Amino acid sequence: MKINVKHVAKLANLPLSNEEEKKFEKQLNEVLSYVEKLNEKDVENIEETNQTTGLENVTREDINTICFAQDEALSNSKKNHNGMFKIPKIF
Amino acid sequence: MSLNTLSLKQAKEGLSKKKFSSIELVNSCLSEIKERKNLNAFITVCVKEALEEAKEADRRIKDEENFPLLGIPISLKDIYLTKGIRTTAASRVLDNYIPQYSATVVKKLKEAGGIIIGKTNCDAWAHGSSGENSDFGPTKNPWDEEYVPGGSSSGSAVSVAANMSLASTGTDTGGSIRLPASFCNVVGLKPTYGRVSRYGIIAMASSLDSIGHFTKNVEDSALMLSVTAGKDPNDATMPDKKVDDYENYLNKGVKDLKIGIPKEYFSEGLDKRIKEKIERSINLLEARGAIAEYISLPHTEYAIACYYIIQPAEVSSNLARYDGIRYGNDRSSFADEAKRRIMFGTYVLSSGYYEAYYKRAMQVRTLIKKDFDDAFKKVDVVITPVSPTPPWKLGEKTSDPLAMYLSDIYTVTANLAGIPGISIPMGLIDNLPAGIQILGPHFSEGRLFQVGKAVEESGL
Amino acid sequence: MKPVIGLEVHIELKTRSKMFCGCSADYFGKKPNTHTCPVCLGLPGALPVPNKKAIEWCVMLGMALNCKIPHFSKFDRKNYFYPDLPKGYQISQYDEPFCVNGSIKLSTGKKIRIRRVHMEEDTAKLVHELGNQKSTRSTSSGQEIKNQKDEGYSLIDFNRSGVPLAEIVTEPDFDDAKDVKEYLQKIQQIARYLEISNADMEKGDMRLEPNISLSKDGKLPSYKIEVKNINSFRFVEKAIEFEIRRQTEILQKGQTPIQETRGWDEAKQKTISQRTKEEASDYRYFPEPDIPPIRWAKSQISNLKSQMRELPKEKFKRFKKDYELSDYDTEILTRETTIADYFEDAVRIGKNKNIDAKKIAKFIMNRKPSIEEVLPAKLVRNIESATTYVNINEEEIKITVKKVLKNNSQAVEDFKKGKTQALQYLVGSVMRALKGKVDPRVVIEAIENELK
Repeated sequence: MKINVKHVAKLANLPLSNEEEKKFEKQLNEVLSYVEKLNEKDVENIEETNQTTGLENVTREDINTICFAQDEALSNSKKNHNGMFKIPKIF
Repeated sequence: MSLNTLSLKQAKEGLSKKKFSSIELVNSCLSEIKERKNLNAFITVCVKEALEEAKEADRRIKDEENFPLLGIPISLKDIYLTKGIRTTAASRVLDNYIPQYSATVVKKLKEAGGIIIGKTNCDAWAHGSSGENSDFGPTKNPWDEEYVPGGSSSGSAVSVAANMSLASTGTDTGGSIRLPASFCNVVGLKPTYGRVSRYGIIAMASSLDSIGHFTKNVEDSALMLSVTAGKDPNDATMPDKKVDDYENYLNKGVKDLKIGIPKEYFSEGLDKRIKEKIERSINLLEARGAIAEYISLPHTEYAIACYYIIQPAEVSSNLARYDGIRYGNDRSSFADEAKRRIMFGTYVLSSGYYEAYYKRAMQVRTLIKKDFDDAFKKVDVVITPVSPTPPWKLGEKTSDPLAMYLSDIYTVTANLAGIPGISIPMGLIDNLPAGIQILGPHFSEGRLFQVGKAVEESGL
Repeated sequence: MKPVIGLEVHIELKTRSKMFCGCSADYFGKKPNTHTCPVCLGLPGALPVPNKKAIEWCVMLGMALNCKIPHFSKFDRKNYFYPDLPKGYQISQYDEPFCVNGSIKLSTGKKIRIRRVHMEEDTAKLVHELGNQKSTRSTSSGQEIKNQKDEGYSLIDFNRSGVPLAEIVTEPDFDDAKDVKEYLQKIQQIARYLEISNADMEKGDMRLEPNISLSKDGKLPSYKIEVKNINSFRFVEKAIEFEIRRQTEILQKGQTPIQETRGWDEAKQKTISQRTKEEASDYRYFPEPDIPPIRWAKSQISNLKSQMRELPKEKFKRFKKDYELSDYDTEILTRETTIADYFEDAVRIGKNKNIDAKKIAKFIMNRKPSIEEVLPAKLVRNIESATTYVNINEEEIKITVKKVLKNNSQAVEDFKKGKTQALQYLVGSVMRALKGKVDPRVVIEAIENELK
């Protein structure tokens, strides 16, 4: 298996230069062949662990909490306009 | 003796007996930070704020107020959000980010009277084992500046080892507290997953991130945990488990305590000198009445592969929010290691590969976790090395990501299983520190302090 | 060629707070970015905690659509980049949704299978400013300012970000736009009956994405076209019918329509291409590590079921049976719960006064009283007087009035002189003589007529 760095970078929304693509392709494929070690292991009928706490049904009540003021919400934005975040036109 | 070399406990005593003031204590840390600026342990030093808070703390101490950390300077890994104080994750992406809120742990430390002296350097986004992946330059090992201090919580370990703060917080996703603790000769605790709130701490890999700290000794580690631990309604992954009285464990001794020595952690690749040191430590524990036996954690060999699928997968998703719109700079500002992990994680989750990589890794994770469940039916704790080698030289592994990843070999298992681990200094090898790792079942931090204290007292 | 249509409907739940944080979910018309917090702004370090009520409502909606509720369910991350998605992923449900395998029956008897109902979070709202044309504006002095370099921009308001959404996905069981419309009306009615959403399409509480293709041989076609931006019932039929025409033309030329997402353009009365398959996303779903899974005990499910309000179908049946109403009357009275409740309140009051339900139903349907202004008790009083009036012969009133006027000449004189008390006396006498309840206005009218 080989990683198509160009495709993956596009999916990940990462701008890469040609040199970077080459460098990463080598490095990532090395890591990939290492992790393929897992293929040695028979995992049939083994459950998946994606959390270790054993917790279930953790919810909160439908109650309102205090929100940011508008300027607080916008305080780290580079550009804003009329109380909204401003970005180059999409569409 | 300089005030900045005191332990938390000693400092607290001195402050309440008015032997010295919080201002004096803070100033002694600040001058040490200045003195050893070349270690590059801090990204931001909060001189003004810390001195103001120290002044206020002195007033409160005068009023006989009693809080566990009142007037004591503590540093925070620059991945803990601090309202109004720049938080960078050591990445250019966030080089100007001023958080609108503080992490739950930061609030708890402040409520306990702690003073935030500064934000420490680390591998950007906590990605790394050496501290060299910081966009703010590498942190250096205070024992020998040509060597790495270990990562990713490099600056935090160094700030405690070099007496720049009395304690420091870190995050441990695959060893990022225990490894630098081992390399810098301080105590590093990675609590059980879910023991300490993750809210407000920049996420690396959500199912693995554990929130811990560095201290000068085990007693201080227990004190810190009693401040930071406990349910937070903002973190849905925290069991509603009572916080133990950790101090009670400190002097219990290790008589009849069963220690498991997993043979897989002592095979090829482990530096002989480290192996000898650990064996000596175990002998000393046996001399105090502990019972040691060899055990097997058979799926250890898959741990790194398993970890380097799950972790980057979660990283790729957790770093997706950094688009430069609401805060920070855009995605071109990520440095190489973050880019590698984002892309690798994106790949293992992508259509057609999910089953082969991510799903399989989650299944192997079940096996690794079960290894520990089985082991803890037989033994009370497991003792292992922290790192297969002593600290390496700066630059030695930077061009070989895989070699760097393999240094996490003894630490990632605890994160995959969600169990707590502590790294305790066990002396020097060629004038560089090495640590011993004690692992226990979920929520057995008290027992780790119990054994850790015994290791400490064995006089290494 | 037969149309093959499947539907995805998003229903915005009207919980107090958002899906994963405590910010108010009532965003419509609010000052931008004032209903936000670290969680729904996607700030570093923020963590989601799911809203219990939203989950329960989603399950109730599923039960109302005859779904099975699996005992185990979880949240997943759906990863994609768009400026309205603050975390770079949407918390949704992938392979283990809250509700599966439901169905709904249309009036024609056709059954629409519902594949799943799952819970997710809404995105932020994007406002697009066009640039040159729009940025041209006049100053107070009448001078025109034109910024040639302005390429236009988009603005983002995160008040809607994280509002709970229930998504209902059907199998591709529709073959005509009218059925789609009926289905949507039913979904809307159910959501309103359950009181979990206002389901107002114009306000965006209810959003619809049909995917449409044409089959030559009854099998599932190799492509499908998804249509977005349909925000009213009126557009649903138009958009689907347009797509059917457009695809028919392509297929008739021997070509296959390109698989893509299109948007309905109301001004142009057509669908317009938005995204083609080459750019189709790979969502990289994986289990949400920040939220533990949900496991239902049987008792919790039955408890939720018992808390559910009566559904349209059940109410229809009960009205017909209990009140002996026609299908038509029942349909009208049960279309909205507010009218149904009003009717039933009036029936309860009317019962003590021997006014039967049918009479109340007819009265409501004929007179269409304003239910905010005319309270049920008042409605019953109105029916009472109207009923009495109808029951008494006009001729009888006339005769009685004549008799009373003749026997009370003094009062008649006084009335003519302008003494209003005299009129009251005369009306009272007529009413007494008639022994029943008569609308006094009718009596006054009769007296006035007689004295003209």
